[in-house]
Amino acid sequence: MKIINEMKLEFLGVPENEGFARVAVSAFAVQLDPTLDVLADIKTAVSEAVTNAIVHGYADASGGTVTVAAALQDDGVLSLEIIDKGKGIADIDRAMQPFFTTQPEKERSGMGFSVMQTFMDKVTVESKPGKGTTVRMQKRLREG
Amino acid sequence: MEFERRRDTVTVRITGELDHCSAQPIRRELDGLISDPGVKKLVMDLKDMAFMDSSGIGVILGRYRTLALRGGKVAVKNMNPQVKKVFLLSGMDQVIQIM
Repeated sequence: MKIINEMKLEFLGVPENEGFARVAVSAFAVQLDPTLDVLADIKTAVSEAVTNAIVHGYADASGGTVTVAAALQDDGVLSLEIIDKGKGIADIDRAMQPFFTTQPEKERSGMGFSVMQTFMDKVTVESKPGKGTTVRMQKRLREG
Repeated sequence: MEFERRRDTVTVRITGELDHCSAQPIRRELDGLISDPGVKKLVMDLKDMAFMDSSGIGVILGRYRTLALRGGKVAVKNMNPQVKKVFLLSGMDQVIQIM
C-alpha cells in the first residue's frame, strides 16, 4: 500500500467548523471518484468525529484546535485521523456504546461512534484523560 | 423554516443542514411552533434537508418527548438517503412515523 495524496487541516474547535471539516474531506476524497452514497457516508462520519472533539474534547469551551488528516492510498482506501488535545475519554468502550452520552440534558443522542462505525469500514479510538483523543477511520472508495 | 398549521397539526419544512452547529436554533424554532398545548402532531418535511448527523436524532427525539407528554406524535417525510440512514440507525422509526 502506498499513499498517493494526503492533506492536513487544523482549525479552531468551534461548531462553525463542523460543516467546513466534512465538506473539505469530501472534496479531498472525490479524487478517487467514489459514489455519492460513499461521499455522504464520509461526510457523516467526519461530522460525528469533529463534533465529538468539539463537544466532548473541548467541553469546557476552551476552543482548542482540531486536526483532520486524510490520506488516499493506491489501494482505493481513504484513511482519516481526527485529533483533539482536549480532556480525553476515560472509558473508550463505554463511550462507544450506542446511546451513551455524558450530556443527555443537551439532547445529545449518544450515537456518534455508532454512526462512525456504521458508515466507515474501520474505526479505532486512542485517548488518554487530559491528553486528548485521536479517532482513526478508513473507508474503501473504490477497488484498488 | 416554513410552517403551516391545520387544526392540531403543525407541518414544518426544515431546510439546509442539521448538525450540532445548527441544532440549537432549529430546536428553539420547533419548540416555538409546538408550544401551544393544542398542537398534537408535528410533521417534519425534510425534502430540503441536505444533511443530518446524530445531532438531528437528538432534535427530533426531543420534540417527540415534548409531544408524547400530551399524547401527541411526530412524523417525518421526504428524507434523502443519507438522512434516512442516520434516522434508521438510531431506531427512531420505532416511535417516529415515516410518511
